[in-house]
Amino acid sequence: MNKLCSMREAISASVKHGSSLVIDGFTHLICFAAGHEIIRQGIQDLTAIRLTPDLVYDQLIEAGAVRKLVFSWAGNPGVGSLHALRRRSEASSSERLELEEYSHFGLLSRLLAASAGLPFWPLSNYQGGDIARVNPSIKTVRCPYTGRELATVPALHPDVAIIHCQRADAEGNAQVWGLLGSQKEVAFAARKVIVVAEEIVPTELIRKDPNRTLVPGIIVSHVVHEPWGCHPSFVQGFHDRDNDFYVKWEDISRQPETYRAWLEEFVYGVKDRQGYLSRLESGLLDKLRAKARVCAGVDYGY
Amino acid sequence: MATEALTGPTASERMAHRAAQELRDGDVTFVGIGLPNLACNLARATHAPGLFMIYESGAVGAIPERLPVSIGDPSLVTDSLAVVGQADIFQCMLQRGLIEVGFLGGAQVDRWGNINTTVIGDYAHPKIRLPGSGGACEIAVHARRLLIIMRMSKRTFVETCDFVTSPGHRVNGKRREELGMPGGGPTRIITDLGVLDFDATGEAVLAEVYPGVTPEQVQQACGWSLRVAPTLRLATEPDASVLRLLREKLDPKRLYL
Repeated sequence: MNKLCSMREAISASVKHGSSLVIDGFTHLICFAAGHEIIRQGIQDLTAIRLTPDLVYDQLIEAGAVRKLVFSWAGNPGVGSLHALRRRSEASSSERLELEEYSHFGLLSRLLAASAGLPFWPLSNYQGGDIARVNPSIKTVRCPYTGRELATVPALHPDVAIIHCQRADAEGNAQVWGLLGSQKEVAFAARKVIVVAEEIVPTELIRKDPNRTLVPGIIVSHVVHEPWGCHPSFVQGFHDRDNDFYVKWEDISRQPETYRAWLEEFVYGVKDRQGYLSRLESGLLDKLRAKARVCAGVDYGY
Repeated sequence: MATEALTGPTASERMAHRAAQELRDGDVTFVGIGLPNLACNLARATHAPGLFMIYESGAVGAIPERLPVSIGDPSLVTDSLAVVGQADIFQCMLQRGLIEVGFLGGAQVDRWGNINTTVIGDYAHPKIRLPGSGGACEIAVHARRLLIIMRMSKRTFVETCDFVTSPGHRVNGKRREELGMPGGGPTRIITDLGVLDFDATGEAVLAEVYPGVTPEQVQQACGWSLRVAPTLRLATEPDASVLRLLREKLDPKRLYL
């Protein structure tokens, strides 16, 4: 079945007021284009879930789209803080964001449980520290075989998962290389999956390299072709991370006025991703475009 | 050709060098971003060419040719031995017990090596919201040896952490063995003034100072009454060749130095 549609269509068909949502990616493959479309559509009251909520989640927060954040590490990696998040979570703030916090493996285990169709997942973690003390969802269970006490976390089924990948076919068979993050677990845990791809390729190409398919089309509802949809994040083999932007963001996001001005220009002030790309400084995309580093093919013969 | 005279080591260079000394050739190391990353790459370029670096983002046996700005830099993928999903990193590498050395820093550390990276102040109404655990909590629980790297001040070396994100040797009076933590806990705290070891009770003890630093100065920068080891060692400092390597090759853009 051909599931190709625009980002606007995919978001309006899947993400509703009050939805729980993951825009996945671990530094790599973070679909900023999807976050910006959610902001433009004025969707609110979201529960935003990701191990590493980063700039796009902070933008969703600043735009008023998020009611609750479920996370394990929130910052601008290697640079600083998420300022919209800080402004809405520190003692001095008036409009407070609800936070539900784990460690990386704790939150990942919630997705593992959901993707395995199990009610919870055990892990050897949280002994003595304060994370379990402040999060009542973290409980313990006694192992029926060894008697050991283990921490447990409940399954987490996001309403929608948005997964960016290097290439996919029109049915949503999605191939990813480089850092895999938790894309697979998130996709299998979610009720609905949107695949966003740098390239749409024929199914025959996917079939020629089946080991590289991370998310099978049978769990995918929409496929969006959105090249450069991850900028300033990166896509291995396509373009580098725009590290300068992450550094500049610290200053842009620190003051609500400059933050608002940026959202006006790059999110509200454009129709779609093409509009965003056209506002970037000229020559930037060429500078970020990946140099080729092609691996020899593998023989799938028998 | 005239060579520019080298200025002495900065605090960050001292710490990166001293941390590198803790790494043995072949150690399987869970590498964090910043100074730990620099320390690991320095060790690999000098005495530990076979250091096996694993990054939380999924790169296993990475040999990055540029200094990664973030823990998920694409340079970690290129030429890696393997790239795996995060579930594999945490289940098969860390929880499985494969990690010899972990590195952590934080906003606060206490005398038992407990680390806070979550909040300053009350959890529900924090004065400062910090990034949170990420993988730090599980690294602290599972790594066989944990190295803590932090600059010393009364604000960072505190009597009691506002929040224990990553447990050390003793939390609320309970030892890590009683709590069932498989890893060995912190072995050293590497600071800009010297190095703290941990005694048999799990308490941090000043064991090394850099040349020119007195134990009194260290105490001034510590928020608890710091015990001093019976024999105080002199911490090794980076020599000219190490400084050149750090400044010219490993971090030419001075991202972390």
